Amino acid sequence: MAKAYLSIEGVGVTFQKGASKSEVLRDIDLQVDQGEFVSLIGHSGCGKSTLLNVVAGLIPATTGAVILDREAVEAPGPERAVVFQNHSLLPWLSVQENVRLAVDKVFAGKKSAAERRDWTLHNLDLVKMTQARDKRPSEISGGMKQRVGIARVLAMQPKVLLLDEPFGALDALTRAHLQDSVMEIQTALRNTVLMITHDVDEAVLLSDRIVMMTNGPRATIGDILAVDLARPRDRLAVAGNPTYVGTRASVIEFLYARRAA
Amino acid sequence: MSFPKPAFTPSEPIAVDLREPPPGPFAGLARRASATAAAVLPPALTLLIILVVWQLLCGDSYEGLPSPSRIWSESRELIVDPFFDRGGVDKGLFWHILTSLRRVALGFSISAVCGVLLGVLIGANRWAHRGLDPIFQVLRTVPPLAWLPISLAAFHEANPSALFVIFVTSIWPIIINTAVGVRNIPEDYVNVARVLRLSPAEYVFKILLPATTPYIFTGLRIGVGMSWLAIVASEMLLGGVGVGFFIWDQYNASRISDIVVALAWVGLTGFFLDRIVALAGRIVSRGSALS
Repeated sequence: MAKAYLSIEGVGVTFQKGASKSEVLRDIDLQVDQGEFVSLIGHSGCGKSTLLNVVAGLIPATTGAVILDREAVEAPGPERAVVFQNHSLLPWLSVQENVRLAVDKVFAGKKSAAERRDWTLHNLDLVKMTQARDKRPSEISGGMKQRVGIARVLAMQPKVLLLDEPFGALDALTRAHLQDSVMEIQTALRNTVLMITHDVDEAVLLSDRIVMMTNGPRATIGDILAVDLARPRDRLAVAGNPTYVGTRASVIEFLYARRAA
Repeated sequence: MSFPKPAFTPSEPIAVDLREPPPGPFAGLARRASATAAAVLPPALTLLIILVVWQLLCGDSYEGLPSPSRIWSESRELIVDPFFDRGGVDKGLFWHILTSLRRVALGFSISAVCGVLLGVLIGANRWAHRGLDPIFQVLRTVPPLAWLPISLAAFHEANPSALFVIFVTSIWPIIINTAVGVRNIPEDYVNVARVLRLSPAEYVFKILLPATTPYIFTGLRIGVGMSWLAIVASEMLLGGVGVGFFIWDQYNASRISDIVVALAWVGLTGFFLDRIVALAGRIVSRGSALS
């Protein structure tokens, strides 16, 4: 069997606190190809974030394994970079310094100081944050912080990008704006992306495949849906597209009609 | 006995301007003047009222607390010229304060370094916390002067004993606040460090210390206040020189007016110490760390 680029094999997670055990995830199997954009969607508390943290290496899997590019994931590392829900920029560093910290760490010894500086600026440019590069996180808006978070992750050139509800805390207009940016960047860079979301439209618009998870505890993958829409996608043009409407309807049907099953 | 003259000038720590520079030449000047007035007038007025009430209550009686007018007439030299030096312990209050400040500077520096290190240790290591925290919680309630006999027995000399009392008084709030800061480092920052695979040293300097700076400076502010409390009290018992000794000496000479003047100096010095540490904290954390 040909192994996929990112392979999640029989992953289960059980948290144990004293005598009480809670099984959060069970038997998760998922293959993601290189350059694929996969969304995880499911109700709150179903363990989506736990799964993402297992892939990131921040939480160990109780059973099963995660294999990325033929290597088992055992600890967190820059080849599996995470954009956290609440941006997690360091408030004492400027925008540029936040990205630079990651660049310096990942490319230490591989790029000269001047190259690292240019690479930092290049990535800030990708998310259109060059203007605010000397601002501190407290001086910029939530959407801008998330942009910087994305720039920091892109700058690390990870094998897989992990997005943990990256737009969850943003208002609808800002969110649409950022989604467009992410699509643009994705068209250009073809990263392998695993994204958690609550938002059906976001999942359909951005993903190649949508992984729908059953409700926890003992959550697992309920269904996987391919989004058969040509790229680049345009928010307005796609809205009336029958494939878009059909996919959207199936996701909603899964989330709301079959949740009891 | 003679004492070496200090090398630096008195106005140095006091002259730091805490306000932001005005944006424009004239509009800024007017706004700044009114802001200054709003900050200075109320306490000045309150002080005036206190002095008037004090004067009315104490009047011209020669018993008990002297009135402001009597303090002025009896201790004028002490108020007007803090810099005179006639050898021995007969010198202006500035020199006494300076001696005490030097002791505080040395003792407090040692306790700041040790306090931050110990705080990081018990904040980061669960077993260090379990082992040391209960002991620290007991020791920190011991009053400063209760340490003095022990430190005199250990060091036999006044100066190191005074330093030890300052150290042991001011270290607890620094340890405890640093430890709280380390334990409150947001999970997100730790995750960022883990994803970036920062080495332990990089973690300490790039994440832990900047994230903990506001807590450390809260501890340092409390600590510097406490060490100023401790030095004045311990100098009263140790004798020799310093503002605490001065107060005790004047009490024995029944010069209550001088004591009142010295108290004003002690209070103002403590106030400026606190402000200096707060200012340093703001500069170091560059006003951006969460607070």
